[in-house]
Amino acid sequence: MMSESKTPESGVREQGMEAVVISDQKLNYGIRAMMQERISREELDRAFDARFPKEMRRKLRGGRVAVAGLGGLGSNIAVMLARSGVGKLLLVDFDVVDVTNLNRQMYLIPQLGKPKAEALPEILNQINPYLEYESVCVRVTPENVKALFADYPIVCEAFDRPDQKAMLVRELLTQCPDTMVVSGNGMAGYGNTNEIQTAQLMRRLYVCGDRKTDVGNGIGLIAPRVAACAAHQANKVLQLLMES
Amino acid sequence: MAVINGEDVSASGKPLLQYLMETGYDSSRVVVERNLEIVPQDQLEAVIIQDEDSIEILRFVGGG
Repeated sequence: MMSESKTPESGVREQGMEAVVISDQKLNYGIRAMMQERISREELDRAFDARFPKEMRRKLRGGRVAVAGLGGLGSNIAVMLARSGVGKLLLVDFDVVDVTNLNRQMYLIPQLGKPKAEALPEILNQINPYLEYESVCVRVTPENVKALFADYPIVCEAFDRPDQKAMLVRELLTQCPDTMVVSGNGMAGYGNTNEIQTAQLMRRLYVCGDRKTDVGNGIGLIAPRVAACAAHQANKVLQLLMES
Repeated sequence: MAVINGEDVSASGKPLLQYLMETGYDSSRVVVERNLEIVPQDQLEAVIIQDEDSIEILRFVGGG
């Protein structure tokens, strides 16, 4: 158990360019090991099994989900999936934590300036240090979509810019024939959260959001609606895992 | 008649790109599915809308 459960599983690697490890793996390893000393895998499992059917933990534990973009949507989605016990998360983002992220993203002031691909596993390891987190700090392009995501049965699109969102969904649906895509589209402002919905728009595509409020129209992104949209995406992921 | 986003539209004979521009879509922000196949970005101009086509145009807005 020692050798298996304390492996540092949250390292960052670059893909599609020079292989430069940018994470402080020792830090992540330290947090993971420290959390595992505080609480055992059995204790966490017992707490889960006391409230949910065992079959549910088994299915979620076997789940493998990629999150593309670790901003307001992606950081919230990843936290919700880790809390739900999804066994393996692939986290992809090229950016660093900025002060403008604090109003809606999961990051904390001590993490400012850190790559999100490194900061998010730090948080996830403090929520559940027995799940597998893999991070890649890279900009997603049509050229690396297949290498990054084709092995994942479910990918959450959680980008910010509309052209990048469209690019990723288009490339996932064409290059990754076995992948279901759960996309976030329209969650700016503080309008009625009831307008945020989940819809299956194509055979392998679910879209969550109000599909209209554009951050480009001068309304900013605010925590509640961003989290509501992220929750729609995370819940669709759980449904897909339970159906599989 | 083609069916675009669930509605009958008389756009047969038009290139997809032209239809997108005429109806106010920014082609860099959409995903177009035609008869259950995603249309690659570089094919939007070459693909001509046919009668009986079933087309879904998904427009993305900013924010995430």
